[in-house]
Amino acid sequence: MAQSSSSFEALLTSLAPQGRTALLPALHAAQETFGYISDQVAAQIGKALGVPLAEVFGVVEFYTLFHRHPVGEVLLHVCNDPACALAGADTVYKQIVFQTAESAAGEGVSTKVRVEKSPCLGLCDHAPAVLVQSLPVKASPAQTWQELVAATATRPLTYVDGDVRLLTALCGRHTTVRLDEYRRHEGYRALEQALQSPPEAVIEEVKASGLVGRGGAAFPTGIKWQSAAQAPGSPKYVVCNADEAEPGAFKDRVLMEDNPHAILEGMLIAAYAIGAAKGYIYIRGEYMLPYRVMQRAVEEAQAAGLLGERILGSDFCFEIEIRRGAGAYICGEETALFESIEGKRGFPRLKPPFPTTHGLFGKPTVINNVETLANVPLILRLGAEEYRRLGTPQSPGPKLFCLSGDVKRPGLYEVPLGVPLRHLIEDLGQGMRNDAPFQAALIGGAAGAFATPEHLDTPLSFEGLRAAGIPLGAGVVTVFDSTRDLRDPLYRLARFFAEESCGKCYPCQIGTQRQLEIMERVLEGRPLPGDWERLQDVGWTMTDASICGLGQTAASAILSAMKHWPELFQPAAERR
Amino acid sequence: MLTPDRIVSTVCPFCGVGCNMQLHIKDNFIYHVSAPFDSPVNHGNLCVKGRFGTDFLYHPKRITRPLLRRKPQKPGERTQAFDLEEWREVSWDEALDFVADRLVEIYRNYGPDAMAVYCCAKATNEDNYLLQKLYRALFRTNNVDHCTRLCHAASVVALQMAIGSSAMSNTAAEVIENDVFILTGSNPTENHPIIALQMKAAVRKYGAKLIVVDPRRIEMVDYATLYLPLKPGTDVPVFSAMAHVILKEGLYNREFIEQRTENFEAFAASMEKFTPEVAEEISGVPRHLIIEAARMYATARNAAIYWALGIPESTHGTANALSLINLALLTGHIGRRGTGLNPLRGQNNVQGASDMGAMPWHYPGYQRVDHEENAQRWERLWNVEPGGLNRRRGLTTTEILSAVGPHGVRALYIMGENPMMSEPDLNHTRQKMSELEFLVAQDLFINESGAFADVFLPAVSWAEKDGTFTNTDRRVQRVRRAIPPRGQSRADWEILCDLAKRIERKLGRRQSAYWDYSHPAEIMEEIRRGVPEYGGITYERLDREGGLQTPVWDEKHPGTPYLFAETFPRGRGKFHPLDYVPNAEMPDEEYPLVLSTGRVLEHWHGGTMTRHSWVDDLYPEPLVEIHPHDASTLGIEDGDAVRVTSRRASIVLRARVTEKTNRGVVFIPFHFHEAAANLLTHDQLDPLAKIPEYKAAVVRITKARPEELAGRPAPQPRGRI
Amino acid sequence: MTANLVQFTLDGTPAQAPAGTTILKAAQQLGIAIPTICYHDYCTANALCRICVVEVKGARVLVPACTATVQDGMEIHTQSERVQRARRVILEMLYSTVDLSEAPEIEAMAAAYDVDCQRFPQAEPRRPPLIDDNPMYVRDYAKCILCWRCVQVCAEDAQYTYAINFKGRGYETQISTFYEVPMPESTCVFCGQCIGVCPTGALKFKRQYLLEIGYAIEEILQMTRSERGGRRRRAERSA
Repeated sequence: MAQSSSSFEALLTSLAPQGRTALLPALHAAQETFGYISDQVAAQIGKALGVPLAEVFGVVEFYTLFHRHPVGEVLLHVCNDPACALAGADTVYKQIVFQTAESAAGEGVSTKVRVEKSPCLGLCDHAPAVLVQSLPVKASPAQTWQELVAATATRPLTYVDGDVRLLTALCGRHTTVRLDEYRRHEGYRALEQALQSPPEAVIEEVKASGLVGRGGAAFPTGIKWQSAAQAPGSPKYVVCNADEAEPGAFKDRVLMEDNPHAILEGMLIAAYAIGAAKGYIYIRGEYMLPYRVMQRAVEEAQAAGLLGERILGSDFCFEIEIRRGAGAYICGEETALFESIEGKRGFPRLKPPFPTTHGLFGKPTVINNVETLANVPLILRLGAEEYRRLGTPQSPGPKLFCLSGDVKRPGLYEVPLGVPLRHLIEDLGQGMRNDAPFQAALIGGAAGAFATPEHLDTPLSFEGLRAAGIPLGAGVVTVFDSTRDLRDPLYRLARFFAEESCGKCYPCQIGTQRQLEIMERVLEGRPLPGDWERLQDVGWTMTDASICGLGQTAASAILSAMKHWPELFQPAAERR
Repeated sequence: MLTPDRIVSTVCPFCGVGCNMQLHIKDNFIYHVSAPFDSPVNHGNLCVKGRFGTDFLYHPKRITRPLLRRKPQKPGERTQAFDLEEWREVSWDEALDFVADRLVEIYRNYGPDAMAVYCCAKATNEDNYLLQKLYRALFRTNNVDHCTRLCHAASVVALQMAIGSSAMSNTAAEVIENDVFILTGSNPTENHPIIALQMKAAVRKYGAKLIVVDPRRIEMVDYATLYLPLKPGTDVPVFSAMAHVILKEGLYNREFIEQRTENFEAFAASMEKFTPEVAEEISGVPRHLIIEAARMYATARNAAIYWALGIPESTHGTANALSLINLALLTGHIGRRGTGLNPLRGQNNVQGASDMGAMPWHYPGYQRVDHEENAQRWERLWNVEPGGLNRRRGLTTTEILSAVGPHGVRALYIMGENPMMSEPDLNHTRQKMSELEFLVAQDLFINESGAFADVFLPAVSWAEKDGTFTNTDRRVQRVRRAIPPRGQSRADWEILCDLAKRIERKLGRRQSAYWDYSHPAEIMEEIRRGVPEYGGITYERLDREGGLQTPVWDEKHPGTPYLFAETFPRGRGKFHPLDYVPNAEMPDEEYPLVLSTGRVLEHWHGGTMTRHSWVDDLYPEPLVEIHPHDASTLGIEDGDAVRVTSRRASIVLRARVTEKTNRGVVFIPFHFHEAAANLLTHDQLDPLAKIPEYKAAVVRITKARPEELAGRPAPQPRGRI
Repeated sequence: MTANLVQFTLDGTPAQAPAGTTILKAAQQLGIAIPTICYHDYCTANALCRICVVEVKGARVLVPACTATVQDGMEIHTQSERVQRARRVILEMLYSTVDLSEAPEIEAMAAAYDVDCQRFPQAEPRRPPLIDDNPMYVRDYAKCILCWRCVQVCAEDAQYTYAINFKGRGYETQISTFYEVPMPESTCVFCGQCIGVCPTGALKFKRQYLLEIGYAIEEILQMTRSERGGRRRRAERSA
């Protein structure tokens, strides 16, 4: 195992002064050291950090990457979501189960190897994707688990291209940009620039750029910063939301793996603008590689005086701590993410109050998505005016799109906002993979909606898609050709939400389960009379009455499909 | 789903917090207990005893018919009879006539000094009022006391000396208005669980700072800003050193001292010697903590002191309490909301029993028996001939027992108490009980004391009678009959009226003190006439308005949430100079550990109630708590059988190795007859308050053989302890 | 909190209330009843059940009346079509999930909102076995609606004991002790605050439970320590 138990105890002692906020780090350490979290170890952690034991248990139980029981020496996570399913993920999973079960009879391998189905791993361009001991592998259906373990030696590389290469200028080169190289490419120039002007001016520049959040909610970044800057209370925090878990999304992973300093620079500028001295990067638990890259980047920045006291000779001080999630999609919701950093179950909070006044630890907080932060140095370098030349007047700037599914060249594409969907699929993605015609694209991920052939000329801008009733979301485009039965991805999305619902509010807690049950019947072609109405009622109740974005969008794709293809929801006999 | 036949609102019978509760009843069986959320006392909360511990009244061992001993008992040869075979079931007439005959006979032969009675802090105000009336008006004795002597007597005496009133000055729930509060000699999470909740909320939700001063590392330490772990019995040096610091640093409230107090100079001079260094030397508390605590308390906007029996149950208990009172007078943290001197009372009705004159020096309303005008007032009220009432102070509980013998007390009446568990040095108590000429027990169960009796009168529990309890913050609340009496048992007040009339007849008294009440409400009417503080209390008001906090001067008066806004009952608050007096027993080579005794959450006192409840399952055997360091020195592990020996006796029980207790201190709860902690304690008394030193006897601990625990339940894991 | 009054309309009626007043309380003062399930006057409101949602003009989604406060110019509708649908469907989903036979208030609500208690055929209910592990109370989580009140009163809302929290998440969530130890092995102090706030009979006095399953009072009174201690002890669990 990763560490010895004595080093675990030393770590626990060093974490103790932080108290409850160190709970997830401590549980991660325990999980890595012992392979699971026993009741004794959980009690030890609770006592050290001053967390009531029942609440330690509640946290262990909330996050799927924490295990109460031993899980074996080799742990495989097979992606179970639409893009990987298209590429045969189910077969990969069954193959490993079959292999381990078979050999278990003779060799007891099953105690050694454990394979789990996982929600989207953010490796949609490498479908079918598997995490082997936290490391990504592009699998093929016939592989044995030993072969998968061996395959971790080579990292799957994401194809990066686009009409513009501003955010991705240093990405897709199959190597991480180190600090010195980043600086050679004008890196940290924007920070220097910012430090020479008053914080208000930085905020004004970001406001003038028209940048809106790239995580899905599209809230104007400058206004968010201003609101946190003006909020009473201290300390203030900057949080980078790197909990990228939307099925189909992998853009933040690529930014982190390839060009980590751009994100740090964005955080530094945000921190300077709002008067924060501490920042957190919250990276989803499945992203071990990005975590390591970001960790090294933070160390580089610290060593170079770009983090810490009196940065670049100014009075500005800023520290960054990286936190790992532990398998909970809900923690991408900003307030659930705060709860997670605070060492709690990832339950979203009620809003208002909003993070800008009552965020992390109840203090004024700016929380921005990775891609949003990566835009910040760009804006300052180019100037707002120049930046606005890209995109449309209402959706300025470049945008990253994660293209996956039935296209010839899945990958990460940077385009100015406003290009037509057709351009992304046919030009950049080189069209359909199997030469079957385009049927649909799921835009915005699990929380998204479907584009049909008639939407192919819809501009990929916030206003353009909104007019078509489609959310741009985080920029996820999963393409399905005409041979695909869309009931399969719909069922998978229903399962995704049922598994990822935190269970806090009733509409989502029960609604995602009922939706899944009905979709199971739909998938099998035997819906019951009244299932249509049930699906509509459950869907709209979740949309209207759930606490957070997860529940409010948990029926989005299904309601969208019901509009486009009502026949999918009829009994098989009555269809066609 | 069960639907109740009725839901009856009443008050919890266990501790002094006085929680409001609702009994849900089906076929006269209490199957569910809830608490009203709008209660100003407990806000919907209860503790394990109130919630689950009320089933004792259905216990098969409960006595529900009057009993007489088959074999006549003689002084010196009196034995304990737990077995029903040794008793004869009789009619109420036979039992009460027998009691009346014997009491009158002894009274006629030996006079009032041969008579004594233990009233009961668990019984209602009305019950207690009648019992003291019976002894004072009929037997002309003031040998009337109850267990308050064994708990807060020293607090009462000190408060009377310094300010002239002895109850909690403020409302318990006001703790959330404190900025700083001192908690000392009190373990509220075990003993006043609902007040503990309010204290926790005060710290966690309302930002109060808590200073815990205690020889045990109690749960509230987890909520404390400062914890001063003093050695047992070093209260006076620690609190006086705080006064020393406050004086030295000029943090005292000059205006308050000038306007509201007296004797400041003498007091200040006596504090000179209590430097933090001296206090550290004596108490073991680091001086910087004493200094910090002094500053924190003195400079707070509103600060209060809460204490329980760790302060009074000492041979210098009165001085301990005075050291706290001095602090409040010095800083003026009294007479306002969110401040005060707050002795947390133990029993559900210890405040009421005291108010009702169940004490040897006072009539109801703390009217001294040795004041002529008081005696005359009560003679008029009770229809006693002028000069008929006894003007001499009576004996206290411990003194009553010591006085048992041919030239002292011969007949004892015990209503609901259990001195054979609660008195110190139980072997001595046993000896004295056996020397009684006549003993009456009025109770639910034949407990260790009742087993000595000649007559057992089966009384009812609180759920089978009407009345009132007065809780720790002086709140008079209605107790309501929820179910009919079990078997032939009768309400205490009914038994006493019936008995009193028989006694009057046998004494040939022409005038009756009046015993013809048809309901406890009528008793309260009489109490109102004699006790000004209860002047405005009627059952009608209690039913309409809920609890009323005394003093309630008249029917328009709303009651008094906090006392002393304008003045103290004695006029000016009086500072008292103090000196350090060590405990009667100090640890030595032979007895190196200090034993502290007390209660645990799950049990009540002598166990008459909780050990007849399913609650007993949660804490089914006595445990001695010992610090891991002391345990390892003695080679003792958690769960081992150990023998605890004092100069008087030894008991065998299981060890619980825990950091809840500090080094050099061990703790044993006194609920368990199978290892009665009070066999070990000594009966040296505080000279002023006559209270025993339950909190400090020296002991040694040795390993015992596991067989010596035969019959005890197998140890079960409990997360709480 | 300021004493400023804010103006709003409630179901078309102009009204005012001090700033900071929740919509629920404001409506109560105007005699308009808004149904609640998880809400309890003496517990922290978390707006979990969403039965109290109302429609506020201009808001994208429905708003929970128990926590949202009235604002100047707010136009609040407590019985709009969206509101009614949400309430009805939430109740129907609850019926498909838990045993509400001891929740008379929810039953009354179901009647008022025209609820079809069998709306979801073939739905998987939550039916964990009853936990009988101590002499004081039983836990029948088949009746638990996850209102959180018990967890909250065990923690900062009253007791600060933290004996219980959550197991699992989403639909699988269940109230549990630390690693599911029997209650006496948890930090539970058996105050029963949790029973006092349980709205559905999921937490119940052992004595009441025994009566309900057919024990006579006399039989209950005669039970031995081991009989009343509960059937799920540690040894049995690991077996």
